[in-house]
Amino acid sequence: MATFFGEVVVAPSRAGVDDEEWAEEAREETPEDREIRRELEKKREIDVLWTLKSGASLESSADQPLVCSKFIVAIGHNAAAFLSSFILDSVCWEVVGVVKLWNEWCRTSNTTNVLPTDSFCLFYRLISDPTVLLCQCSCYVAEDQQFQWLEKVFGCMQKEGLQVTILSTCPVADYKTQESTLTLPAPFLKALKTKEFKEQICCPLLEQPNIVRDLPAAVLSYCQVWQIPAVLYQCYTDGIKLDTVTIEAFKPLLSCEILNSLVKDVSESTKILKKLLTTNEIHNNIYI
Amino acid sequence: MFVPCDRGGGSASSDFKGFTLLMPAVSVGNVGQLAVDLVISTLNMTKVGYFYTDCLVPMVGNNPYATAEENSTELSINAEVYSLPSKKLVVLQIRSPFIKNKYRPFCQTLLSWVKSSKCARVVVLSSSHAYQRDDEQLLGTPLRYLLTPDLEKAVGGLMQELNWKEMEKVAAYPGINDSEKVLHIPGGGITKLLFTESCSKGIQMAVLLKFCSEGDNIPDAFALVNYLNEWLQLIKSESNSSTDTSSQWKIPSSWRLLFGSGLPPALF
Repeated sequence: MATFFGEVVVAPSRAGVDDEEWAEEAREETPEDREIRRELEKKREIDVLWTLKSGASLESSADQPLVCSKFIVAIGHNAAAFLSSFILDSVCWEVVGVVKLWNEWCRTSNTTNVLPTDSFCLFYRLISDPTVLLCQCSCYVAEDQQFQWLEKVFGCMQKEGLQVTILSTCPVADYKTQESTLTLPAPFLKALKTKEFKEQICCPLLEQPNIVRDLPAAVLSYCQVWQIPAVLYQCYTDGIKLDTVTIEAFKPLLSCEILNSLVKDVSESTKILKKLLTTNEIHNNIYI
Repeated sequence: MFVPCDRGGGSASSDFKGFTLLMPAVSVGNVGQLAVDLVISTLNMTKVGYFYTDCLVPMVGNNPYATAEENSTELSINAEVYSLPSKKLVVLQIRSPFIKNKYRPFCQTLLSWVKSSKCARVVVLSSSHAYQRDDEQLLGTPLRYLLTPDLEKAVGGLMQELNWKEMEKVAAYPGINDSEKVLHIPGGGITKLLFTESCSKGIQMAVLLKFCSEGDNIPDAFALVNYLNEWLQLIKSESNSSTDTSSQWKIPSSWRLLFGSGLPPALF
């Protein structure tokens, strides 16, 4: 393909096929290459560490999987902040696990005392009902790590009687519609559910030809294949960072069966949202 | 790995002994995948399972072949298997690209599934960069085929009758040594690897490909699916004279908005 200036370049293919990449991979791997590749793979490995507050580790091996009736996963800063504002608190919930990972986009923080703008992946358990698990995953899980995340997290859980709810966000520009995306009332919610999910959903289903990608898609695919009832609530937003408008777009979920028994005091939520906004401003402000 | 939709009862829906497996290679213009979409949509094939793998980028969406409100809410993932027992046809549709360094393990898993499910033969729909054609390839039909030795014995004669053109080999060291020829399918994704592996494993495989470029590849998909139909006769041509069955392929509802959303009126 010739560009505007007359230089001939290789056109990128939508099919994701890069001939140079193929040629590179087709070359015989030397022991050095193998070693480098192994090191890189090790660096990109995900560790899921299950612990109780007291420091003792949970009984969660292959022989004794975690009994879980509800698993709520919030992917991305805004979805995680929604759970922090409306569901989570230090009285009713305890941290039971953390995911440690590294990729080119982020490294998870080691602490459980996280800021809403940090990259982290934490698991919480409802003290009054230990079968209710919640996950806030605001770090980016890369393509090659998504399957690992699935296997290591779901691998510890008993699948019978499990119901999964996923919350995530994505840019409204990705939404395909007959009209222009400029006229859409962003942010708005759309849902996707697996075959086994029979409950009411609190927003319209995502119409064709729209698709969902990344970790939310990986979790929902896993649930569809292994016949676990699951629903994904995707918020299409024009905000790029943490913002209260996007967070509040998830509010209709508070009335649905999965979350309405877990909602905390509304006045608490308003306070937390305000605090989120100020923390965010401080971090984004280059002036003192 | 193949995971059937229907776990209970007999494995009747996942018995593919003697079937033809049709699948796309993720290649330039996504032509193979578009052509497979046309086959599944037109023949109204039933989904019988998933190809659960860590080699493809995850994606989900609602039923891409929905025709009405009732069937529009079934979830689809990145690799699914459809079947039409009356034509002994099983189709694998792949909807996303490979994760880096994962295309080899995928080929291995796929070919071992082909063997274990006892499919009679595999047909791969693919494409190759049009700009890499040599002077001779620029003329005449842009469609090509390849057969593994085991399938050549069975259907080689039919290809002659259909007047199909076999994919030419190119010089391994162009300009230096023209005698050594190799198979080269630029932009074809895993096509070449699948083909060479099938040759060595004794699998009956055919590759049908079209030279094309990125752009609006719907006409390329139609050309490729008509080419396939000349051989497999999946749909009958309505008019007596031509073998052109273009108008009889049903475009799936998911092909809407292929080039993005509507434009803001304020632009004009």
